[in-house]
Amino acid sequence: MSRPLQAVVWAMAVALALAAPLSLTSFWLQTALFVMAAAIGAIGLTLLVGVAGQLSLAHAFFVAVGAYGYAFLAGHWPSPLAAVGGVALAGVAGALFSPIAGRLRGIYLGLASLGLVFLGQHILLNATPLTGGFNGRDVAPFNLFGFTFTATNPDVVVFNVPYGALERLWYLFLLVLAIAYWYARNLLHSRPGRALAGIRDSSVAAAVMGVDVRRYRAAAFTVSSGYAGLAGVLFALAFGRIVPDSFGFAMSIDFLAMIVIGGLGSVPGSVAGAAVVTALPLVISHYSGALGFLAQPGEPGVGAADAARLLYGAAVVAVLLFVPGGLAQLVPTARRRVARPNRPRPSVKETSDEANARGGYRPVPDPDRM
Amino acid sequence: MTRAVELLLNGLSLGCIDALIALGFVVVFKAARVVNFAHGSLLLLGAYVVGRYHDRLGFAGAVALSVAVTAAVAVLVGAVVLRRVRLADPGTLAILTLGVDIVLATELTRRIGTDLLSTGDPWGAGVVLLAGVHIAQTRIAAAGVAVLLVGAFLAALRFTDWGVALRASAERPATAALVGIRLGRVAATAWFLAGGLAAIAGLFFTAFPASGVTGTVGQAALGAAVPAAVLGGLDSTTGALVGGLAVGLTAAFAAGYQDELAFLGRGFGAVAPYVVMLLVLLVRPSGLFGRRDVTRV
Repeated sequence: MSRPLQAVVWAMAVALALAAPLSLTSFWLQTALFVMAAAIGAIGLTLLVGVAGQLSLAHAFFVAVGAYGYAFLAGHWPSPLAAVGGVALAGVAGALFSPIAGRLRGIYLGLASLGLVFLGQHILLNATPLTGGFNGRDVAPFNLFGFTFTATNPDVVVFNVPYGALERLWYLFLLVLAIAYWYARNLLHSRPGRALAGIRDSSVAAAVMGVDVRRYRAAAFTVSSGYAGLAGVLFALAFGRIVPDSFGFAMSIDFLAMIVIGGLGSVPGSVAGAAVVTALPLVISHYSGALGFLAQPGEPGVGAADAARLLYGAAVVAVLLFVPGGLAQLVPTARRRVARPNRPRPSVKETSDEANARGGYRPVPDPDRM
Repeated sequence: MTRAVELLLNGLSLGCIDALIALGFVVVFKAARVVNFAHGSLLLLGAYVVGRYHDRLGFAGAVALSVAVTAAVAVLVGAVVLRRVRLADPGTLAILTLGVDIVLATELTRRIGTDLLSTGDPWGAGVVLLAGVHIAQTRIAAAGVAVLLVGAFLAALRFTDWGVALRASAERPATAALVGIRLGRVAATAWFLAGGLAAIAGLFFTAFPASGVTGTVGQAALGAAVPAAVLGGLDSTTGALVGGLAVGLTAAFAAGYQDELAFLGRGFGAVAPYVVMLLVLLVRPSGLFGRRDVTRV
């Protein structure tokens, strides 16, 4: 696309996003809020897993820290400050874990981080004064200098559409997502982003080039946890009430599924992946009556929730087997095919830490890596 | 004192089951370099088959069927799905097994539904008095079977051609391939064994005093296998055994002394193995017996 055309498309997208609450039903608004919250968490995880090459299953833990941190702080501080506090708490939690994260390699990190999720669940269930225990705790509505994100106070009506909590949160979430997206894109294309990609491809080569590997690994973990914390704050606002069950191992897997389906290391891809993984179960169960072939609650057969899980479990497998670049790979391919239909597609070969350590890029299947 | 002995014996018998689970997890990692997050679901599959068919086939028949089915599914996962992506890094492969795990666990949980499946084992809820403490018969059977299986496995690893091939391909895959070891076949055998071990472990994992086959069994088993395998060292079979026993003992003691540990919160027994695992990893990043990664330039 030429530049002016691109600008027009962008302007139309922004206008559409701003006008959307006028026509969307509350179901779609609610779904969109969850998608945007998940998208921020997914961006954070893709920075860690896709860009820095550190597998983490602990993302749900940091999301929980952000959510509960906000819920707790909002009782004492103004909302914006509490939100910043929630993000900071999650970042600090990530920084505290980073001595372990910096020492461990690849798969050991992933398995160790699994421990954090279970520990986190234990803490959430037992630190009742802070977290409300099993029953969770309510989240105070967001209040921006007297403007509350609820149905009233002040009343807002646009083109005869009353703006309730969902409509107001839509704009807040949109703004936060845009900032988070922009920050991640900039991070990727700056010095630290290149350093992290270097570490992923070969930590030895990166160290030789003068990258402080351990410090960058720790920093990646901290930034990623901060993103998770921000996602947690938004989840808390979207749910209105948070319970420990929402932040278990299943959520960590959901986040991994998002970034894999979207394409590891791609920021727009992780947003798309978040949309697919988050919206799919909600939409399927919303329309399960109309879809017909799904079992209603209480009937035998495949119900809506099961169908969604089966579908996205299979999607993870299928993407990794057939489209390793995920959704992010499909878009440029399609665009290139439209632009130059006859040009053969360049093949992308993966390199890895170990392959590089043993002598670098290898074009043939290497039995050492089976 | 009696309580300590009781917890020790219970912990050891529980540890034997955990060791069986961890052993399957480690064998696959050793042979195929895959961290198999679907291991918990494979175990659930094994337990499910026993629970569903022991009425029709009798207990022994159901166990045989369960081992066969689980091993076959494991080989399918390993050979068909994972061999396609040989070039990918361990993290990607692990995520792939997570995808398999989601599908398997969802389908099995759906099939179990609200049914209460028991394993139908001949020991039932029997308890024996041993050295002044009560122990479930299933646990004694579990310990006996575990010792037999582990002994056979270690002997096979040491003395059979397959064992030598597995150790060689874990040590130096390229060299092993050059001297004629068929890596794919070695890996498939490892998956087969892992499936069989998971089925047997699943049987004891869900038998009395546990509450039967439920959808959460898979995750609980994975929750035991991961700290056991990691604190022992992912690529060490000895490590898996030591780790399994350590996890069993930790869980038993943390649960047994939970009144004394009340300040750590209720249900600390479930997370205690993870605390131990994180502490071990801080000191030894590759676990107790794991091979240290040495990077050469």
